[in-house]
Amino acid sequence: MINPIGNLNKVFESRIRLGIMSSLMVNADLSFNDLKQTLEVSDGNLATHLITLEENGYIKVHKGFIGRKTNTTYSITKAGEKAFKEHVEALEAMIKNMK
Amino acid sequence: MNEKNQPIETTLHDIKSIMERSSRFISLSGWSGVAAGVCALAGAWYTSTQIECWRRGDCQFDRLIGEDGLHFQSTLLRIALVTFVVALLSAFFFTYIRSKKTGVPIWGHTARRLTINVTIPMLIGGLFIYRMMDLGFFALVAPACLLFYGLALVNASKYTLGEIRYLGYGQLVLGILNLWFLGYGLYFWAAGFGILHIVYGLLMWWKYEHAD
Repeated sequence: MINPIGNLNKVFESRIRLGIMSSLMVNADLSFNDLKQTLEVSDGNLATHLITLEENGYIKVHKGFIGRKTNTTYSITKAGEKAFKEHVEALEAMIKNMK
Repeated sequence: MNEKNQPIETTLHDIKSIMERSSRFISLSGWSGVAAGVCALAGAWYTSTQIECWRRGDCQFDRLIGEDGLHFQSTLLRIALVTFVVALLSAFFFTYIRSKKTGVPIWGHTARRLTINVTIPMLIGGLFIYRMMDLGFFALVAPACLLFYGLALVNASKYTLGEIRYLGYGQLVLGILNLWFLGYGLYFWAAGFGILHIVYGLLMWWKYEHAD
């Protein structure tokens, strides 16, 4: 028998990290403020989780400017997409096995 | 078993809802549809009185300009422009109020994307219709309005409430029917831009807003 829990990704245990990944799955890129508004979290909290995801290679950071203001946008990487899909599939498999 | 089951289902539900919220502009108010529909009916009614008086030849402007119809065309354009601007402003007003309630910024990335994707087919349609009037194809104006607007709405359904797709289909059906009943354009136009908007607006209000 396959152990479905083995496929769950530790990095996605945090609700905020999972939220970031969910948003980036359906948007080509999002700014820090877009993410903040969607997930309703504080700046510091969001920044910490974004760094974790970046360090794992799941998201890419693009630093740009709009006029003089910095405009940082985030997008999902191939590895991030794959990891997220596997995580969701594992969750779904767990539900199926329980029924 | 059940206690463990619950959080996973909640997690999956959260994922889905975040995907929806971050990719679609959900603050489009049903009242915006109703308001736009009322404007359209008022515009159509006023246009019909102008057409009637132009036909009878007892309008002031007709006597001044003569029979080439150029002045009449610019009158129609002016009515259309006023109707469009008033409809847009009133639609914006109700959606602005709704966005305050839902907490989605009125000019966030979802709203911007929706605007761009509606504006492209509408601008092209507007240009096409303007040129058509120049060339004298007046009978095709109403069906062209309905067809381009219908396509714009079907396109928009990916970026806002999905149900707007059906409003688009409605406009497309009316537009196509109108192609075979040329000369009744104003009635088709009033049905599409007036009545369909009001019906859609009321349904959306019932589905999403009347609870809160």
